[in-house]
Amino acid sequence: MEFRTFVFYFLAAILVFASLRVVTLRNPVHAALHLVLAFFSASGIWVLLQAEFLAIALILVYVGAVMVLFLFVVMLLDIDLDRLREGFWSYLPLGSIVALLVVAEMGLVLISRYWGVLESEVPQAEAGYSNVQAVGRLLFTEYVYPFELASVVLLVGIVAAVALTLRGKRKSKSVSPSQQVFVKAKDRLRIVQMPAEKGD
Amino acid sequence: MTLAEMQFVVPKLGIASAEIFVLAMACLILIGDLFAKDRDRTITYVLTQLTLLGAAVVSVTGSGAEEVSYTFSNMFVADRMGDLLKFLVYISVIAVLSYSRAYVLDRPEMAKGEFYVLCLFATLGMMVMISASHFLTVYIGIELLSLSLYAMVAMNRNSVAATEAAMKYFVLGALASGLLLYGMSMLYGATGTLEIPAFAERLFKGAGYDGIIVSFGLVFLIAGIAFKLGVVPFHMWIPDVYHGAPTAVTLFIASAPKLAAFAVVIRVLVNGLILFSHDWQMMLIIMSVLSMAVGNFAAIAQTNIKRMLAYSAISHMGFMLLGMGTGVIMGDPSFIISAYSSSMFYVVTYVLASLGAFGTILLLSRAGFEADEISDFAGLNKRNSWYAAIMMTMMFSMAGIPFFVGFFAKLSVLQAAVAGGHLWLALVAVFFSLIGAFYYLRVVKVMYFDPPASAEPIEATMDVKLLLSANGLAVALIGILPNGLMMLCTESLADSIVF
Repeated sequence: MEFRTFVFYFLAAILVFASLRVVTLRNPVHAALHLVLAFFSASGIWVLLQAEFLAIALILVYVGAVMVLFLFVVMLLDIDLDRLREGFWSYLPLGSIVALLVVAEMGLVLISRYWGVLESEVPQAEAGYSNVQAVGRLLFTEYVYPFELASVVLLVGIVAAVALTLRGKRKSKSVSPSQQVFVKAKDRLRIVQMPAEKGD
Repeated sequence: MTLAEMQFVVPKLGIASAEIFVLAMACLILIGDLFAKDRDRTITYVLTQLTLLGAAVVSVTGSGAEEVSYTFSNMFVADRMGDLLKFLVYISVIAVLSYSRAYVLDRPEMAKGEFYVLCLFATLGMMVMISASHFLTVYIGIELLSLSLYAMVAMNRNSVAATEAAMKYFVLGALASGLLLYGMSMLYGATGTLEIPAFAERLFKGAGYDGIIVSFGLVFLIAGIAFKLGVVPFHMWIPDVYHGAPTAVTLFIASAPKLAAFAVVIRVLVNGLILFSHDWQMMLIIMSVLSMAVGNFAAIAQTNIKRMLAYSAISHMGFMLLGMGTGVIMGDPSFIISAYSSSMFYVVTYVLASLGAFGTILLLSRAGFEADEISDFAGLNKRNSWYAAIMMTMMFSMAGIPFFVGFFAKLSVLQAAVAGGHLWLALVAVFFSLIGAFYYLRVVKVMYFDPPASAEPIEATMDVKLLLSANGLAVALIGILPNGLMMLCTESLADSIVF
């Protein structure tokens, strides 16, 4: 067995194991962490296919941003597992139909000769060719105009999110020392005159 | 091509100087607004207006290019149609901001710096749409505009109607963007390029593409554009968004974006897909007739003037499409300039009238009160005869009553339809315009013959008075002397239509 093939099967086994654990684990935080592992293995497979850019993007975007957000949401929300699990049997028929369809489609693409996936050659890049460099060069030369505009679209997204959710400054409970020093007794203390009670 | 062979040529930035200026100023204002202390955001407002004025000056003096010039690897095109439409966009956004200044100040939810920054970003989106010569930039321009508009519609968070309108607009807008992208991907699949001039060239060469895939993509492309224009059957969002959005934002949506959408129609359908004009003309004509029917009939039943004007916008966009749908006659493109320039004239005059009409609604609105029912205009003549006269001018112009500018716009589109051999279409359009005249004249009747709803005097700052008066006079004067604007439209289109 070639070393490449060994690495592929190694990564694929981890990927399948991690993906299975994502849906079978009871603890949502552990499930999310297994999803991170699955992403890492998938990006390793992409590196084997010489798609470094996709591999890096997968780690940066999905592991670095999306999964961290996911973990925060999972940790901050109080998820009731029993409520999530109810209705499992009623959804099972529909779910299994969808799963069978996906398996059938994958089988068609991989096995059938009419779909031509196996015939299509993977283009062999010359040594020292970096697709990160190629993508970067295109983004910053030929596609610099839409690239910059896409960043403006993102900026608008941020501005809109802030404008729609920020409800002014929250009242803070901190104490201003300078005001505290100047406080007078009559601001805080109310002296009430009461008739003295007669002791027995 | 290997990396070593690739030579980077610095794009000609001068052509896009207006875009760069607006973007830089929008970012500066965004940061500067953080440090602004005053609650009224006067500095932000003034800077925004100055930016738009500056862009207008830049686009009048700066480029002035007689010929069509491309930059950013042919993704950006500068030509006279683009310059003219951009100039009109700046002017209408300036008018929008002035008219809505008092309205925004009365509503603390809206009186934030973000309102002005989002206005500038939306303007940038329109500029990108107008100057797009690549399907990718068409799409990004539309997204930049729409995303800013969604946020502006939702800005008044205390209003349930505004939130609902924003939600509808967002969901339907995302769907339309999906349709648009799907159509573009089909066109790319058929010809292998997204650059509009190169795309048209490949279609003309004839060989090497599948015509069915192009037609298939065209259908989705038209559905996406029709949604942005708001024509039947893609009009569902218009009445709810116009009605639910704060009137200041309704004014924005009802004015400048129509100009940008028109530019996209010219860039994509005419410059890119003229060879398939037989296919898209039929679609445009069907949508046009449906829009005029639905818009005019539904507007009669409205008591809310914003909703009425929304249906009227649908019918006007339908009327505009009539000119776009009758340009190429039996495969002969010699009449397209006159047909399309009549459509362009129609859009420009519609935007003028729409600005004035919504401007008057904003003028009558006060803190905690929206003058958006037709009955709120009762007896306006007794309260202030000048504003009543301006509103009457706008209504007459939209109805197409002779010697107001809307009449000439309708006339020239009808001429194009008749010249294209579609006499029945012209008759249908006249019939629906007659129906439309009813609800415009009802507003005039309410203003002049009904007893006043309130005796409160109408207050306005000097700049709003001047701008609104200029707006009314423009609609009246261009109606008497329409040739100048018509010439401008014809000449700029003649330069920009290349195939």
